[in-house]
Amino acid sequence: MANDASNDAFVEFERVQKSYDGETLVVKDLNLTMPKGEFLTMLGPSGSGKTTCLMMLAGFEHATHGDIRLGGESINGIPPHKRGIGMVFQNYALFPHMTIAENLAFPLEVRKLGKSTREEKVMRALDMVEMGDFGGRRPAQLSGGQQQRVALARALVFEPELVLMDEPLGALDKQLREKMQFEITHLAHRLGITTVYVTHDQTEALTMSDRVAVFDDGRIQQLAPPDQLYESPENSFVAQFIGENNTLEGVVKEIKGKTCVVQLDDGEVLDAVPVNVSEVGERTRVSIRPERVEYNTDRLDPDAHTLNAEVLEFIYMGDIFRTRLRVAGNEDFVIKTRNAPDQVRLKPGQQIKIGWMAEDCRALDA
Amino acid sequence: MSDTTQQPMLSADGRPLKQSLARALRRQKIRALLLIAPLLLFVVVTFIIPILSMLFRSVENEIVSNTLPHTVVALQEWDGTTNQAPDEEVYRHLYFDLFRAVESKEHTKLGSRLNYEQTGLSSLFRTSGRSLDDLGEEYQDPLEEIDPRFKEGAFWYEMLNGEGGEELLESRRELWRMGVGESMAGDIGFVPSAQMAEMLPWTTRAYTDFAIWTVIDDEDVVAEEDPWEAVYAGLAQDLQNPETITAISNYSGPGAEALQAAANNVDKLPEVNFREGFAKIKEDWASPEVWSTIQVFSANYTPGYFLNAVDLELTPDGVQAKPENQQIYMQLFMRTLWMALVITGACIVLGYPVAWLLANLPMRVANTLMILVLLPFWTSLLVRTSAWKVLLQQQGVINDILVWLGFVGDADRLILMNNATGTIVAMTHILLPFMILPLYSVMKTIPPSYLRAAKSLGATNWTAFWRIYFPQSVPGIGAGSILVFILAIGYYITPEIVGGTSGIFISNRIAYHISSSLNWGLAAALGSILLVVVLVLYWAYDKIVGIDNVKLGG
Amino acid sequence: MKLITKFIKPMAAATAIASLSTMAMADGHMVSDMTIVSWGGAYQDSQIKAYAEPYMEMNDGVSITWDESSAEAVAKMRAMNEAGNVTWDLVDVTAASAIRLCDEGLAMEVDHDEMLAEAPDGTSASDDFGDLIVSDCFIPQIVYSTTVGYRTDLVPEGTPAPSDICDLFDLATYPGMRALEKRPLNNMEWALLCDGVAKEDVYDVLATPEGQEQALAKLDTIRDNVIWWSAGADTPQLLADGEVFMGSTYNGRLFSAIVEQDQPIGMLWDAQVFDLDGWVIPADLPEERLARVKDFVKFATDTQRLADQAKYISYGPARESSAPLVSKHAELGIDMAPHMPTDPNNAKNTFLYNYEFWADYRDDIDAKFQSWLAQ
Repeated sequence: MANDASNDAFVEFERVQKSYDGETLVVKDLNLTMPKGEFLTMLGPSGSGKTTCLMMLAGFEHATHGDIRLGGESINGIPPHKRGIGMVFQNYALFPHMTIAENLAFPLEVRKLGKSTREEKVMRALDMVEMGDFGGRRPAQLSGGQQQRVALARALVFEPELVLMDEPLGALDKQLREKMQFEITHLAHRLGITTVYVTHDQTEALTMSDRVAVFDDGRIQQLAPPDQLYESPENSFVAQFIGENNTLEGVVKEIKGKTCVVQLDDGEVLDAVPVNVSEVGERTRVSIRPERVEYNTDRLDPDAHTLNAEVLEFIYMGDIFRTRLRVAGNEDFVIKTRNAPDQVRLKPGQQIKIGWMAEDCRALDA
Repeated sequence: MSDTTQQPMLSADGRPLKQSLARALRRQKIRALLLIAPLLLFVVVTFIIPILSMLFRSVENEIVSNTLPHTVVALQEWDGTTNQAPDEEVYRHLYFDLFRAVESKEHTKLGSRLNYEQTGLSSLFRTSGRSLDDLGEEYQDPLEEIDPRFKEGAFWYEMLNGEGGEELLESRRELWRMGVGESMAGDIGFVPSAQMAEMLPWTTRAYTDFAIWTVIDDEDVVAEEDPWEAVYAGLAQDLQNPETITAISNYSGPGAEALQAAANNVDKLPEVNFREGFAKIKEDWASPEVWSTIQVFSANYTPGYFLNAVDLELTPDGVQAKPENQQIYMQLFMRTLWMALVITGACIVLGYPVAWLLANLPMRVANTLMILVLLPFWTSLLVRTSAWKVLLQQQGVINDILVWLGFVGDADRLILMNNATGTIVAMTHILLPFMILPLYSVMKTIPPSYLRAAKSLGATNWTAFWRIYFPQSVPGIGAGSILVFILAIGYYITPEIVGGTSGIFISNRIAYHISSSLNWGLAAALGSILLVVVLVLYWAYDKIVGIDNVKLGG
Repeated sequence: MKLITKFIKPMAAATAIASLSTMAMADGHMVSDMTIVSWGGAYQDSQIKAYAEPYMEMNDGVSITWDESSAEAVAKMRAMNEAGNVTWDLVDVTAASAIRLCDEGLAMEVDHDEMLAEAPDGTSASDDFGDLIVSDCFIPQIVYSTTVGYRTDLVPEGTPAPSDICDLFDLATYPGMRALEKRPLNNMEWALLCDGVAKEDVYDVLATPEGQEQALAKLDTIRDNVIWWSAGADTPQLLADGEVFMGSTYNGRLFSAIVEQDQPIGMLWDAQVFDLDGWVIPADLPEERLARVKDFVKFATDTQRLADQAKYISYGPARESSAPLVSKHAELGIDMAPHMPTDPNNAKNTFLYNYEFWADYRDDIDAKFQSWLAQ
């Protein structure tokens, strides 16, 4: 078991706390274990503590309490330059007074590698990110995407086992970002590098990661693979933060095994999966993804509860339709439907019935 | 295709596009020019013009030829290497030139000017000015004895006034204009008679000089004033000429009687010898050395001041090094540059960490620290320097503390001021903000992520600083260094107060020549050299470091 | 003859009108504002109390602006003259500066007898001032001297206090630092005097390159022990701080350090170098301003006013007739006469600064002196 743990746990945070001012904790009791080769994303709004965690791992911040281990050894007392962790910064931090090749050679130089080895490794790293022809340029002469690739190459050129990335795609436009997301994941998996990736963009987190740690208020709210995170959020913060989500508030009426009945504030009732509720009478917030809402009642279980809704707005978005409804007093209730030939286009003012499979609706903390 | 490329592009109204663009831009340029016009004017008036006038003053030397115009011309013939004083003609011109100069009090200015080149000329001209009248009186008294009418101003006026001498009048007026620097314009109620000008040239010229000065400067009436002694000397000079004697005997115009009396009694007049006369006033006039100096510095423009400023001097034998015991300026220039360099270095060493702290501390703390940095700006330079005096002197605070701590004995307290150390310490303190501010503003623009990146790539703190941070802060060092160095090179109050003798700068000598010795020409030459040195250094800096690499801020 | 009369008549008329108007101005049309330039400090205060305040009391509405620029007066007057805008009306300068200003044509030549008041006994002003009128432009006020002060408490035990100017050069008997002025004047003379040159020969010797070398060689013997000063206030401060043992300065500065501030300082009168300070009037002042200045100067340099000034500062009045009127210090009430450089007891061995010599040799000797200093 102990053996297994040391094999599995390449990066470990154990009961880590961090405070800057001695009054409030920025990171509260963080526990995290990462196996080798995993691509893990720390996702959260700004101020949630994700970047602080990354900086503690890199060695630029010290944990106020707790232990951070790398490959089984505590690295609390090890200065950043001895940790051997590659890092990609938000604004790339390419050294402006050096050429691209010099930037890449820098980590090799400080490791006192011979000149020929250096040149070879630099060339290989540049080729890897398809920047082989740019070695003689200065960072300022490159576009944002190119700089991003160089930053990545520089973080990898000395072959670290762990790479940290601090919102590396934040400054790129949408198209380029999506392309880079793919390239980075691809590269990370191909090289088998363990990666910790910080972002506040949930799409990025979902598309790139093996696992996502959702941060809020200095804690990990949920640590799970993307699909689980999306489909089975464990609390209303995660549900809200990941993807689009409709919420309705009410009281638990009845719990029967894996489903429960919730009575909304206007008296209507619905079916849900009890996730964070355990007692009848407890207040809850139910969450349902827009694409899981059904208004074609024929497709629902005959005995499923349905709710009355009024169509407020219909938006044509090409591949999907987005319809805004008023449901139980909530005017921001959104449903998404695929643009299929047989799909009904709802009209504002229309009164309809909506419903869903009980397992798609999650009763969470209020 | 080839047709279209050769045809000029036309704008919408059919004009060539280039023309339209130039028109549009010209209007923009004029508007831009108008916007900066007040500043431009200000800079020209307060900066460019003074600098040009300084450059001009460092070579200008018109005073000699303006004050002694005829003497200078006559002296051209003289060969100074013969070790013989010039001949009578030069002295004769000197007499009449100097007489005008004495009347307008220009001779002492000339004396002061020439005294920079040769010791003793100041008093030579001053004493000569006082005794010049005596020289004329030697002839005035016997002439008045021969015929008492020579005593009367009106008599002289009647005799010499006439017509045809307008040209002479204007040429004499021009001489005054040069000598005094004023226009001397206006009707003087006297025109020299052409006949007299031919018969008695020296007399008429001297009288015309007298007439112009009497009317224009003294605002008197010519005919009512007794003529100057120079007029009598002129007459005596004229009577030396046998042709004049003959002409007088045939003359029948106004004053003929008196003139004939004088001509018949020439033997009663002492022989005219200005050379002896001047030698009698002061024997220096007989020395070829004095005349060499006048000859060498008779040109309107002289390299003399510049030569002096680099410890050389202009002599009749050409440019020579000054005697060793009078060489000072090259040494001072070198010392000024060297000490400015040391001060700049000290400012970098002391200012860099402070600027780094300022750029990296939290805003609130940094602001407080910034106030401390700027604090010296709010106290007067004199006060700060005097405070250093209190700290640095032998019975001062620093020495007291060292003695109290037992580092130095009471008997051998350190000499921290009245030498180069004092100047360097005080000026480093005073100029430090000029280093810190540009450094700070450059450092502020270096994101901390660079250092982190370097460390994450495996660099130690020192390597990260030296290879990554430092090169990026170099523009700030450059800007601060230029600022500090150029300011330091021109400092003079601080070196004056704490520099003693070994810690003073070239500017202290410039100040001395401006305010004490009044040798503004030399001061201007020293200042010009300093300006050129700064420009050359700036140019070298641009070549080596590149002026684009100088940043005063983000 | 016709021509002459034709010309003379209108000219004469014009002159008559001009002189009439001049007289009218002299009587009534004087400006009421005056800018007087002086040295600031105690000296300027003594002028304000002795001349300016009484004058303003007598003449209602007159106001005087003081400009403390005397130290740079010559350069500033030259600059003003070149700019064609002379804003000063009366300038207090040393005699050497007055000679310089006169030479440069920047100061007005004055007829002392016509412009200044007679002595009470009827002696003419020029006789009353005597030799002190060293320049046609110079109106003397005071006689001061440059002399040497020393720290009484630092005199080595068993040694008599210094009394001879040559003690300045005697490091064996009187060890310690010296303060000397950073210019050749006075220092060169003292050096020669203490190197065996007779007083009357000093300037003859100093006129030769060998003599200049001799003086510098003498100064060489103490140069490591000298702090060179450039402002008159430096030496009293250096003495008070114990930075130097002896130093040269103006006798008035020493008087205030010793008598008014009660510092442990003593002074030598031996070989004190007399110098003069007085007024010059800028050249080419407009008539109305000149009229006011003349009126003020006549008052400010009369026998009583010069004697009054000595109540406030220990400089000797330049008029012979003022000497007997010198009374007591205005605040301390001590008798001022014994503190005057001109007092017979003090003036036993004096040295008269040779203006003519220094006007000639200033540039030359200064270059050598500065070069010597820089070595």
